[in-house]
Amino acid sequence: MIVEQAPVLIVVICLMSAVATPLVGWLKRELCYPWVILALLGSTLCSVVVLNTVMHEGVIHYRLGGWLPPWGIEYVIDHLNAMMLVLITGSALLVAIYSKRSLEAELPDRTIFFYTLYLLQVTGFLGIVITGDVFNLYVFLEIASLAGYALIATGEDGAPLAAFRYLILGTVGACFYLLGVGYLYMVTGSLNLAELAEILPRLYGSKVILVAFAFFMVGIALKMALFPLHLWLPDAYTKAPSVAGALIAPLMTKVAVYIMLRVMFTLFRPYFSIELLPVTKILLYAGIIAIFMGAIMALAQKNFKRMLCYIVIAEVGYMVGGVGVANTVAIRGAILHVMNDVVMTLGLFAVAGIIAYKMKNNELTAFDAIFKKMPFTMAAFLVVALSVIGVPPTCGFFSKWYLIQGSIMAGNWIFVGALLFSSLVNVILFFRIIETGYYDFGASGAGGAHSHDERSVVSEAPLSMLIPTFVVAAAILLIGLYNQSIITTIIDFAVPKL
Amino acid sequence: MDFIIAKYNYWIYITLMMIGFYAMIAKNNLIKKIIGMNIFQTAIILFFVSISYKRGGATLPILTDADAHGGHVIDVAQYLNPLPHVLMLTAIVVSIATLGVALAIAIMMYRKYHTLEEDEILKAIK
Repeated sequence: MIVEQAPVLIVVICLMSAVATPLVGWLKRELCYPWVILALLGSTLCSVVVLNTVMHEGVIHYRLGGWLPPWGIEYVIDHLNAMMLVLITGSALLVAIYSKRSLEAELPDRTIFFYTLYLLQVTGFLGIVITGDVFNLYVFLEIASLAGYALIATGEDGAPLAAFRYLILGTVGACFYLLGVGYLYMVTGSLNLAELAEILPRLYGSKVILVAFAFFMVGIALKMALFPLHLWLPDAYTKAPSVAGALIAPLMTKVAVYIMLRVMFTLFRPYFSIELLPVTKILLYAGIIAIFMGAIMALAQKNFKRMLCYIVIAEVGYMVGGVGVANTVAIRGAILHVMNDVVMTLGLFAVAGIIAYKMKNNELTAFDAIFKKMPFTMAAFLVVALSVIGVPPTCGFFSKWYLIQGSIMAGNWIFVGALLFSSLVNVILFFRIIETGYYDFGASGAGGAHSHDERSVVSEAPLSMLIPTFVVAAAILLIGLYNQSIITTIIDFAVPKL
Repeated sequence: MDFIIAKYNYWIYITLMMIGFYAMIAKNNLIKKIIGMNIFQTAIILFFVSISYKRGGATLPILTDADAHGGHVIDVAQYLNPLPHVLMLTAIVVSIATLGVALAIAIMMYRKYHTLEEDEILKAIK
């Protein structure tokens, strides 16, 4: 019974708990935190059940209210969304556990509404991923985005303007997506993803379809901050509260990559996206430019969080470029990188949140002699950093390996060069931090607020922040070690048949 | 000319959309940007409503002579397609929510910086 209803429960638990959060907070403010964790725990369990069912019994079709697909809304869960569901609920749960102390420090009087928005944001992500209906996807996209704007706007000075700019660009992106839906509906009369996928091949010559495809791709590219459309991202994620950053930065761009994969390979057939149109070529070069520009801009930053934002932009380039290479190995790498990048970005922003909590600032100078002060946090940071660089036992190596292998097979050396360049830049970025962290330069770290004796005393982050960060670091190592079985049991089913 | 007149609603939708787009990009005042965003979204509503139109005198799908027991057969060609209208109800809700969030953020900024001009806010931040 519960197992049958698990797909809808994933979303409903989050949505209903979001609505109930202000009530819970009204009863007792301290209850909000366990309440959110409880809700996300339920959601996580359901999504693990769903992933398990998908792995053993194949694709799940869940009909909301028992209505048959072309009329009713349908949830379709295959290996790709099942993986995304577990990633989203899992990382949301970790960030929720992590959130307590950081929120107390940054937004002491707004925790109740923060948690409400937090759950709505997660609901939006889950809905986008789980649904099999293109219009339903739009609605969830807007739920996720609106919650995101509001979360970001609560941040430090300048956050409202960053959120406002994000809102304007995000709305344009979502509207383009909606227009794409409209054009498809005009010629097919359907909104169901599976039905559309069946009708569309007969219409591939039509100009309307081309327009719809173009609108979809531009809208999604705006949402995922593909290079020339990335301008909203650095400000928004830097100035957001640490917890909001740790939730949104890993998930929003990756969910958008998921939508792109769906549109290109499920809604439209691979041969339309790859052979009929030069889309993959454009994506490939967009990805390459994104990698180069993201890496170069990251080098120029003095603020840790801002540097991470540009790394996120470069990583989006990896995935888009991997799809652009358009052979099985590269797309496998791109999908594996979606998974890895969620975990790695979560780790990076979790460390950034800890630094912000302890040092009260996020400049790179805050890392001065930090290894003595916060050995555990920095141990986790080392694992995450090595993974972003792409050092073997960590997961970052394997997705990069598949991407490089795929592009060598396709004879595309520029993309190989871009990947290697970005790895080298990441080495510089992180070893610069590690160097400042190991040696006590005696310069006044953290704006001179700490006296000298304080600098060498161990003062670790609270356990509620440290444990999730460690879980992320462990996940990075585990995904790396078990990447072979993850690929054969999950990802190979998600790679489109080319 | 026929090309324009026969499909005037689509031309209007494109024009409105570009007006909204221009306001979002070029205006300095945040409220004007928000208005531009709203025009942009409204243009899409016009587009969706336009696609439900059918040639040959189709009318609103209000079934006055339909039998409640299903004895009467409905000729689909007589009625406009109601689904795009229903979708737009949802889209209107979404656009109102977006408007609400945008105005709330604008108010936040006005309280903090006492202005709604983007360049002045930028100066106040740095």
